[in-house]
Amino acid sequence: MTPEELGEIAATQQEAALRFKHRVHVCTAASCLSSGGDKVKQELAKEVSKQGRDKQCLVKGVGCMGLCAAGPLVSVKPDNLMYQRVRAEDAADVVKSLGDTPVGRLECATDQPFFRRQVKIVLENSGRVDPEKIGDYVAANGYEGLLKALTEFSPGEVVEQVLRSGLRGRGGAGYPTGLKWSMVAKADSNRKYVICNGDEGDPGAFMDRSVLEGDPHRVLEGMAIAGYGVGAAQGYIYVRAEYPLAIKNLKTAIRQAQHHGLLGTNIFGTTFSFNVDLRLGAGAFVCGEETALIASIEGRRGMPRTRPPYPAAEGLWGEPTLINNVETFANIPPIIRNGGDWFARIGTEKSKGTKVFALAGRVANTGLIEVPMGITLREIVFEIGGGIPDGRQFKAVQTGGPSGGCIPAESLDMPVDYESLKKLGSIMGSGGMIVMDDSSCMVDVAKFFMEFCKSESCGKCVPCRVGTYQMHELLERIANGSAGAKELATLEELCDLVQNTSLCGLGQSAPNPVLSTLRYFREEYRAHIEDKTCPAHVCPIGSAKEVTA
Amino acid sequence: MRRLGNQSNALIEALHTVQESFGYLDKDSIRYVATSLRVPLSQAYGVATFYHFFSLKPPGEHTCVVCTGTACYIKGAAKLLQAIEQKFGIRPGETTPDGKLSLVTARCLGSCGLAPVGVFDQQISGMLTQAALMAKIGRMEHHDA
Repeated sequence: MTPEELGEIAATQQEAALRFKHRVHVCTAASCLSSGGDKVKQELAKEVSKQGRDKQCLVKGVGCMGLCAAGPLVSVKPDNLMYQRVRAEDAADVVKSLGDTPVGRLECATDQPFFRRQVKIVLENSGRVDPEKIGDYVAANGYEGLLKALTEFSPGEVVEQVLRSGLRGRGGAGYPTGLKWSMVAKADSNRKYVICNGDEGDPGAFMDRSVLEGDPHRVLEGMAIAGYGVGAAQGYIYVRAEYPLAIKNLKTAIRQAQHHGLLGTNIFGTTFSFNVDLRLGAGAFVCGEETALIASIEGRRGMPRTRPPYPAAEGLWGEPTLINNVETFANIPPIIRNGGDWFARIGTEKSKGTKVFALAGRVANTGLIEVPMGITLREIVFEIGGGIPDGRQFKAVQTGGPSGGCIPAESLDMPVDYESLKKLGSIMGSGGMIVMDDSSCMVDVAKFFMEFCKSESCGKCVPCRVGTYQMHELLERIANGSAGAKELATLEELCDLVQNTSLCGLGQSAPNPVLSTLRYFREEYRAHIEDKTCPAHVCPIGSAKEVTA
Repeated sequence: MRRLGNQSNALIEALHTVQESFGYLDKDSIRYVATSLRVPLSQAYGVATFYHFFSLKPPGEHTCVVCTGTACYIKGAAKLLQAIEQKFGIRPGETTPDGKLSLVTARCLGSCGLAPVGVFDQQISGMLTQAALMAKIGRMEHHDA
């Protein structure tokens, strides 16, 4: 493909879209699909031809629109209407209403804080672009970043832009992306690799899934730019096998990009060549750790190894490798398109840009949100999230999955950035945000995460393999009321040990849920140990003997 | 396997293909994959047992997956599992003696907005209650009869 052809595709696509007076977008991401989004789409398309409005109306499937709780969602452009909980039976009414008064009973206000308070960069195309059509993405400035990088910048300048943007790794730890890139770029080797980490293992997190499902080309473009910047010709995307739709859309996207010469040899007529292969995970949380992920791509058991050497020096097949998360790559095309300085203006001093969160749990508006860094937790939970349903009391918000912690009500006014969350004993993590109300027992929550870490520990190093098991056992005993003060002391000691001596991030962060609940909700632990009661009536105290097994 | 170039690093992909075709990995197929890719048997078996996604036991006729991710857990996935255990006498990872129903848990299906979520023979369904769950399982079995 030549640059002119790219412009041509974009122009014809935009023109084609404008030919239609009404454009109906149906969410076909996994959440809406499970509430029947595909049937709604079929039925809408059928109704359009039945009512003879083929020439006026376009029905297309798009990525996630965010408000998953109200799915399946349908949006109507250019009127900017949104319909919620649409069923196949509603299709006739929706089609009939186009250009007329909207269907009141289905309407979903688009000016509510949920939509208003968001700033979309990563998700800018989600809900607008058909993930299965490359032309749609190109029409939305797609692959323009890659074109700009290849024709206007040297590889060094690409890395410079990323450094300037201040982007930090969105996988959880927040390592500056530009630094990582420059390390790989400087590494001396003829063969380098770019890996996209899509092994979104944190339960309760679905940001990467939504990006891969709704806008797969953006990730490919980000990877290709990275390949150019660091000097790699081969990329791998590692995706969980649990995400069939993401896999399907990615496969289509890779094929289309290759067909159009946006991946492959001599992209845009330059000397740069880059290819991407898909690799499937097989359900192992630890494979989100970079060295374990590399082992898994090489076809071995996904076990981490000691670092250094870091993958930037010795990664896949012993060659310098750049590993970034899906969301990190998704940030790259706009950074190159608009410049690093543009990106650096958004967010806080140390945490730039936006962050996508998967808001779930006991909150009215569950779904996918993208907010600027520095927004407070209170704004997220109570304004965007719409507060706690059923008139219950907010108790805690859990971020960072099994490696993160629970943040109590008194810290709700803290801004969301990497440093503040760390100070609170949690982490940014990949972006799962789970809200809990007073019906959750914090001891039980800690136990839940410990059970997770116990079963996901790969078993390579002793502190993690044995430590998580013992901690789970202790939490079990606290929960069923058979523990005393001694057990609590042992638990705290173990937390410290496992945190400081484990090999990889899984073990090092496994005690976080326990530590943070102990820090903020020690009262609840005390109630279990001293008064033998569970304040939230969750734990099976009193039936201790039955449960100990 | 030929598509993946018969390379040892294609082991996981190959096992995925086998499981997709047969529903599980039996000893013969693991042996076959290992020999064709020239991977030691121990490594092939090691990989097959390491990853949760691979199953070494044949699945029942119908499979019910209950998500036990954090969001589903907060919204009561444990109660759903209890209900199944009471009615069918199976725990996660088990199949009823008549081979009709398998119960599996998943770490997270990524549909947390609709928690609690279950999958019934590939059909995802959200916002489950105990009654809805039983109805789904009933329909699944009935469909077959």
